[in-house]
Amino acid sequence: MGAEAIEVFAERKGQILVAGADEMATIACDKQSLSGAVSQRACVFCGARVVLYPITDALHLVHGPIGCAAYTWDIRGSLSSGPELHRLSFSTDLREKDVIFGGEPKLELSLRELIKKYQPRGAFVYSTCVVGVIGDDLEAVCKRVAKDAGIPVIPVMSEGFKGTKRAGYSAACTALSRLVGTAETTGISPLSINLLGDFNLAGEIWIIRKYYEAMGLQVVANITGDGRIDDIRKAHGAALNIVQCSGATMEIAKHMKETYGTPFLRASYFGIEDMAESLYAVARHFQDIDWQVMERARKLVAEELVGLVPELREIRKKLTGKTVAIYVGGAFKAFSLIKAFRHIGMKVVLVGSQTGTEEDYREIQQVCDPGTVIVDDTNPLELGGFLRENDVDILVGGVKERPLAHKLGIGFVDHNHERKLALEGFVGMRNFALEVLSTVDTPIWRFVPRRAGKTKSAEALPAPAAQEVLP
Amino acid sequence: MTATTEKSSRTRARDAEPWVSTANPCHQCRPLGAMVAFQGVEGCIPFLHGSQGCATYMRRYLISHFREPVDIASSSVSEKEAVWGGGPALRQGLRNVAEKYRASVVGLATTCLTETTGEDLGMHLGDWRKEILEKPLSVPDPEVVKVPCPSYDGTHMEGFHGAVRSLVDHFAEPTSAHGRVAVFPGMVSPADLRATRSLLKEFGLEADLVPDYSERLDGPALAESKPLPDGGTPASVMRELPGSRLALEFGRCAPESLSGANLLQERFKVVRRRLGLPIGIRETDALYAVLEEFSGRETPREHSLDRGRLIDGMVDAHKILSGRKAVVFGDEDMVVGLVSFLTEIGIKTTLVVSGARNGNLRSEIDRVTRTFLETPPRILDDADLRDLEESPEGLDADLFIGHSKGYALSRKRNIPLVRVGFPVHDRFGAQRLLHLGWGGALALLDTIVNTLLERRQSDSPVGYGYL
Repeated sequence: MGAEAIEVFAERKGQILVAGADEMATIACDKQSLSGAVSQRACVFCGARVVLYPITDALHLVHGPIGCAAYTWDIRGSLSSGPELHRLSFSTDLREKDVIFGGEPKLELSLRELIKKYQPRGAFVYSTCVVGVIGDDLEAVCKRVAKDAGIPVIPVMSEGFKGTKRAGYSAACTALSRLVGTAETTGISPLSINLLGDFNLAGEIWIIRKYYEAMGLQVVANITGDGRIDDIRKAHGAALNIVQCSGATMEIAKHMKETYGTPFLRASYFGIEDMAESLYAVARHFQDIDWQVMERARKLVAEELVGLVPELREIRKKLTGKTVAIYVGGAFKAFSLIKAFRHIGMKVVLVGSQTGTEEDYREIQQVCDPGTVIVDDTNPLELGGFLRENDVDILVGGVKERPLAHKLGIGFVDHNHERKLALEGFVGMRNFALEVLSTVDTPIWRFVPRRAGKTKSAEALPAPAAQEVLP
Repeated sequence: MTATTEKSSRTRARDAEPWVSTANPCHQCRPLGAMVAFQGVEGCIPFLHGSQGCATYMRRYLISHFREPVDIASSSVSEKEAVWGGGPALRQGLRNVAEKYRASVVGLATTCLTETTGEDLGMHLGDWRKEILEKPLSVPDPEVVKVPCPSYDGTHMEGFHGAVRSLVDHFAEPTSAHGRVAVFPGMVSPADLRATRSLLKEFGLEADLVPDYSERLDGPALAESKPLPDGGTPASVMRELPGSRLALEFGRCAPESLSGANLLQERFKVVRRRLGLPIGIRETDALYAVLEEFSGRETPREHSLDRGRLIDGMVDAHKILSGRKAVVFGDEDMVVGLVSFLTEIGIKTTLVVSGARNGNLRSEIDRVTRTFLETPPRILDDADLRDLEESPEGLDADLFIGHSKGYALSRKRNIPLVRVGFPVHDRFGAQRLLHLGWGGALALLDTIVNTLLERRQSDSPVGYGYL
């Protein structure tokens, strides 16, 4: 096992290492994707779009040719408890004429007609590649329209080619920082929080919000899952920011700390330990104001675990010894996944991320078993090779990795933005274990070509040969 | 400039001011179609000269439809290349796909970004050829087929046809007659491609499909990952296209300037027949007439039986279908074929919505409905699904027929949606949806009838067991 056996683009060698073998090596990451490689990454626009998309009462207008809006129309299952304006796809659908003479007039007309029709609480205007080249002044258009419409209209500087997806997260945070601090904060409890970096896939933020509310905390703003413009505007009134997704929203947390003095904690809602520890960390933060917060947190965790632990024990029996490869967008998610797989008895043989930082990869090396392959920004060719070499039982990844796994007859668990099953919280750990089980525990793997002839005798008994039926 | 910049349909979609913006698009951008077409070439890696996001978004979009791995390489243009030119990035990318993917063909499309920055592909490829002379590849040099895809001009259909035409333009060379038939099937499903090839075979004709992604985008489970999947039309076959006895083209909506069959006809004097997509009775009959003419054979009995089964099925189902109202939306050639068939089975199409901008949709719909319908359907081209939502015809339809982007409105209105064409992101088997020929018509008929029956059952307080 190891990177040597796989055909690797020469230029990418620094982006792959083996835990244990390369003693605390430094991985090369946060690089532009290699030309000609089929990167699993997207672009700046994608990064910005996924962070802001779950704000449900905002108008999201993509300024560019139709593709960028078409491919991002309702792709995430970011659920809303109210308005669903975010699920529509709006584009200025630029034509040749606009590219030659400038897209500003079309943008302004589009913004005005859409705001008039849909009455959003705010609007985001996403810049795309072409707009970055023709140099439309989004700032000026947004300012004019905002003044007339009386709502915040915010340009998102997300020209696709100006960096990686991470730069898009940054563009989104810049846009959010222009919203925060623009509304009154009276009446907000000293025991209050904002939830950052949860996008309410499959209703996950509702699970987490319920936990915090049971601890006696007031949630001021969801940033951004099931988010509302007006909540985000007063988010600076909260006493604490809790940041889940490491890459996407850390910048806005840092901005709020510098500007408003709001402290932040990092959290992960995935897996038992990380979920519980996240609640305890928040409780510790508030213990000087209200010691009961911790008591409520302990009670909540205990109640949640009563049924879960024995159930996981049963599932573990069936999964022990199975192997898994993890390839996800953000590295922070990978940490939690490694721990969660230990819980259900599975061995992680590969960990990769699209957007991890040097620090992230150092941490991954620490939590991994020796021999685990660690990769940054891989591609299907490379990933296919690793999967084959390691004979993994399942791959955890996003929608683009699914067909690769399935084509090779490997189980797949969606841990990306298209998932329809809540994986956060204690209930999420149960869902996760059951999903893994449903994938591992099916007879279909006996028939896939890579296992043909290799399956243990009892499993693969062929049907008896047809015999001549004698009278 | 060929694209109309006026939103011609918007004024017709509602009485108020026409929309300037587009909402809930009915089409995709131009490079996507080119990426599909290039999947149908053996040993070809589709390659986008543009920002990394385009390739990833299109892969995701296509994967969700075909449920197959879809590799698209990208030159990953960054700010540096946007300013100083993408030549070096493109050359590095070409070297990488040649050496790592062992690609024998690179299907190279531009994007809105590289069209706007004015990248000169001809010059870049000249530099590339010089570079591989000086620093040879470790593998045979790939053929690089280029197609311009300015996303702000045309839709994915222009991208598809443009790529097909580029393939013919690149490979075709004078060759002696070989008697095979060059088939330009249009952007149809892998099942449609397979059905077309076997249909010609039954007439003793060998079909060279351009493109043929019937295996690459609908392949078997594999033991090992391969750099590029098997299947696709080989370059050697495309070189010989000028020797074809017939250039057979499905779909009449694309402009002549984007037709591969047109190129074979004009440049190499190949006999050409242009038909609508063979969907339903008349359009399929037209195909059989051509096949009889060029094969000199009668239609095989099994096929005549299928035609008879279709008409028998239509008789059985006519009371369920008669007078029902349908809204049809999607790619131009697909909606023409569907409207033609719906018209034949007694369903009235009241509204046609397409993102198509090339202007041929109107006359084509007229051609297939003229002698059948008292009131022709309203046609919205260069339109989006908000136009559909705002059209009165969409309110009382019995049926929506189109791609799965119509699901949101179908759900909102509680009007059943029959999923056809591209994209189908919320059902299995999109790659095996059969639209063409008698098999396609029979499958469509059954699906439409059963959709209406299912609705009748679920709406009924009785719950009839015989229908």
